[in-house]
Amino acid sequence: MRSFTYERATDPRAAVAAVSRSGAKFISGGTNLLDLMKLDIEDPSHLVDISRLPLRDIEELPDGGLRIGAQARNSDVAADARVRTRYPALSEALVSGASGQLRNKASTGGNLVQRTRCPYFYDTAAGCNKRDPGSGCAAIGGFNRIHAILGASDSCIATHPSDMAVAMTALEAQIELLRADGSARRVAITDFYRLPGDTPHIENVLEPDEMITGVLLPPPLPGRQLYRKVRDRASYEFALVSVAAVVSTERGTISEARVAFGGVAHKPWRSVEAEDALTGRPATMATYRAAAEAAMRDAVGRGHNDFKIELAKRTLCRTLAQAAGAS
Amino acid sequence: MIGQAVNRVDGPLKATGRATYAYEHWEAGQPLYGFIVGATIGKGRITRIDTEDAERAPGVQLVMTYLTTPEQGPRDESIPFEYWRAQPVLTGPDIHYYGEPVALVVAETLEEARSAADLVEVEYRAGRGRFDFGEFEDVYIPKTVNAGLPTDTAVGDFDAGFAGAEVKVDQQYTTPYEFSLPIEPNACMAEPRGEDLVIYVSCQITDAARDSVASTLRMAPERVHILAPFVGGGFGSKLGIHSETILAAFAARTLRRPVKVAMTRQQVFQLVGMRPTSSQRVRLGAGRDGRLSAIAHDVTMHTNPDIEYAEQTAATTRSLYAAPHRLTSHRLTALDLPRGTDVRAPGEAPGMLTVESAMDELADALRMDPVELRIRNEPTVDPERDVPYSDRHLVDCLREGARRFGWENRPATPASVRDGQWLIGYGMSAAIRGHFQGPTAVRVRLETDGTAVIQTDMTDIGTGTYTILTQVGAEGLGLPLERVRIELGRSDHPTSWGSGGSWGATNSCTAVHRACMTLREKLLDTVRDDARSPLHGLDPANAVFSDGNVGTDGASEALGEIVARNHPEGVEAEGRTLFMGDDPNYSAYSINTYGATFAEVGVDADTAEIRLRRMLGVYSVGRVFNPKTARSQLIGGMIWGVGAALEEEAVVDPRSGAFVNRDFAGYLVPVHADIPDVDVVVLEGYDDKANVLGAKGLGEVGICGSGASVANAVFNATGVRVRDFPVTIEKLLPGLPPMDA
Repeated sequence: MRSFTYERATDPRAAVAAVSRSGAKFISGGTNLLDLMKLDIEDPSHLVDISRLPLRDIEELPDGGLRIGAQARNSDVAADARVRTRYPALSEALVSGASGQLRNKASTGGNLVQRTRCPYFYDTAAGCNKRDPGSGCAAIGGFNRIHAILGASDSCIATHPSDMAVAMTALEAQIELLRADGSARRVAITDFYRLPGDTPHIENVLEPDEMITGVLLPPPLPGRQLYRKVRDRASYEFALVSVAAVVSTERGTISEARVAFGGVAHKPWRSVEAEDALTGRPATMATYRAAAEAAMRDAVGRGHNDFKIELAKRTLCRTLAQAAGAS
Repeated sequence: MIGQAVNRVDGPLKATGRATYAYEHWEAGQPLYGFIVGATIGKGRITRIDTEDAERAPGVQLVMTYLTTPEQGPRDESIPFEYWRAQPVLTGPDIHYYGEPVALVVAETLEEARSAADLVEVEYRAGRGRFDFGEFEDVYIPKTVNAGLPTDTAVGDFDAGFAGAEVKVDQQYTTPYEFSLPIEPNACMAEPRGEDLVIYVSCQITDAARDSVASTLRMAPERVHILAPFVGGGFGSKLGIHSETILAAFAARTLRRPVKVAMTRQQVFQLVGMRPTSSQRVRLGAGRDGRLSAIAHDVTMHTNPDIEYAEQTAATTRSLYAAPHRLTSHRLTALDLPRGTDVRAPGEAPGMLTVESAMDELADALRMDPVELRIRNEPTVDPERDVPYSDRHLVDCLREGARRFGWENRPATPASVRDGQWLIGYGMSAAIRGHFQGPTAVRVRLETDGTAVIQTDMTDIGTGTYTILTQVGAEGLGLPLERVRIELGRSDHPTSWGSGGSWGATNSCTAVHRACMTLREKLLDTVRDDARSPLHGLDPANAVFSDGNVGTDGASEALGEIVARNHPEGVEAEGRTLFMGDDPNYSAYSINTYGATFAEVGVDADTAEIRLRRMLGVYSVGRVFNPKTARSQLIGGMIWGVGAALEEEAVVDPRSGAFVNRDFAGYLVPVHADIPDVDVVVLEGYDDKANVLGAKGLGEVGICGSGASVANAVFNATGVRVRDFPVTIEKLLPGLPPMDA
């Protein structure tokens, strides 16, 4: 029987110390980890419950930004009046994810580090370099409709499933990390996640003795924010493609833009190429098309997911048109 | 009582968690837990199986493999229906399909069993399996198709009729593997009791379960007692019992302890069977006036090589529309995959999806209203059986549905109506489904306190059997509802055909009604001869049963008093429903249910996301026992159709033969947000040829054609016809208009 020990952490530094031992993992809402444990994909020997740490607040920052505690629940963040007013894309992204019950349990930090939904990752009889390094990637040459079109490797074509992290990427969030010695560091969200390369089992830059304590949102750019999620059914499905966009326009010209895609890569995919193609250009469909082409220039389909390239382009164009039209 | 919208009598038990399902019984005390180990190849042979580590693991009581399983009875194909046959498991070293059980591990706890299951070491020599339906073209002709229906039919001269038609549709459609997937997975607890076995199992037909367990374990059927008082859905997947039951039964007999086994959701996908994938060619030939001269429906589908299953996909096409020249056929391609099996509306669900799509294509080719096209092809007699219909109201359903839905607002030209980003389309479909009748017996006993107890081995799989039998029993004996108690799901009770094929309600209600009539006669005979009764010497013709009393003008007596005085043990009667083959109406008439479904969809002009906006079904099903449970059944069926049109598809990995998307995250079915506004109207009716109560089954007709109405609406919205179901984003996207500003 797979036994494990459990402790409830009472302060952040002790939590980090506790997780430093081999086989230990943090647990918060458990909405992903418990499933993976039941399916024999995660096999921790010790769980450090950090859900009750005093990291649930959403606070104003002196620069006009917000700090979201890593233990703030997805539903609380989505409903926060400051988030809804100043970071509506984040609120929209959160409520488009999972279900009400899951959002009530899921934490901000846990959402950032949730694992992929690749069915071969979930099938312990299939080869998966992410689950079992060196065992191959059954998704390549397999059924890969939901898989990555950008930044994938011959080792792994999985996608990151989060909606929240995609909005945070467009909002240029920083992740706040704490070490056991009490030192802290901040990492830009785009640097927090790693591409699969030949080590797809290492998904982010978290060190074994580090814990996410919060997410810092800089003051929002002026302009309209949108999060658009495309999927087969109206709810309770991971994104085939999603777009988070922040667009500032002045007299018909785009002055600044931030663009991130979900469902297309191993990480929330910030598209600087699309942003460059937008900045200084007229807010027209021709500009959006050019941005979409730029964003998907290096996209590669694997068969079943070929359609995602066109879908991502069209979703970006429409989202930009809506964002720019209303700013 | 019959026809009233009575609340579910078992509702409070379910809402408070007191309805006990197979895996939850504790009558036998602490059980052991079994966990199934499945093959990780799709075809080949076990070369070595080592259970030593598993046997030594904590808590483990037993590890069964093909090397240690007791001798099993063979699957006897002379038994007419698969669900009553033996279901041997762990039969040998050969692997026939991915996930096939190779071992059962039994331990003190589920966690121990599951963990030890990982320690069973199996080595295989993998063979070259046939897994990909699209890859193989060799087919064979089955002797019959499901339910004993003919494989092929031909009327007139199809080739000539089709060749001479002014307007033709000739299209190929494909439908995917689909699963029943009730919320309660297949589960069983087996308890040895002396030489007997008590089996709590989630099943639809307890009689079939008993026979199947008994013949597999080589036991006398009377020593096997099936209990299934509550079943969390079946949809065909529990018509028979599966490996969980056989394995639990063997383990319980071996260990002399109660053992329970439930499948994980992933195992359900590999171990209970699925609706076959199909390729269907539909040819329709018509004159410019829309009258069909030729209909052909040719179906090829997969089957497991050892356990043949030929879904009757073209069978309803035989009774749907008039046309002088007709052809239907079914062909099978053997693949090394799990067996095909009955999944709700077997045959009609995939068959009507394609035929009613083809009718929409014909209407489009003719520039004719699809409702009008169907009305023009209404037959006067069943066109292939050449017998009259008993009570056909398809045209009434079509007209009433069109009127209520506002069909006249349908965009006449595809891809012509927009609402913001949404392309708007209307679609419709006709529905037909054969009504079946099977042998059923019930016992009704009136107790000395005036309470009626109704006993049958019939099940309630969530459909409302407890409720409607209460209503029929109350009406039959003139009792208030709370004085009728229903006991279901015990194989020791009188035998029925259980729940399935939409026959359960009418089979069991008809039998209850007959039992009540017999019981009335017994009671009237009793009081007529009972000098102590105020009704002594009454004329039975004038007797009225009402509110727990029987009486004539002026005199009445409580039923309980009559029974207490004359039958201190209670008085009982049996009622029966005949097999349809023994009931002349079923050969003299074509007895069916009918419907028409109307759907409005929006398709996102940029992303091709499809969202249902509203849906209406109008049905003719004879008399309805309970409008509330009937509405639930029909709405559930219509939503099932939405899923078949837009979402449901189990994908086989052609390298391994495994289903890839074997959970509810990957196998999509509609969620609440997908189903905004679904309404059902049932026409008043009474089919006097079907049975004495005038009722027909309605559990599956809601699925028939409902998917086609959605797919046809997608075409009307976009002008894109997708013939490879389900209709998903990638199939529509290439046909969408370019993006404008």
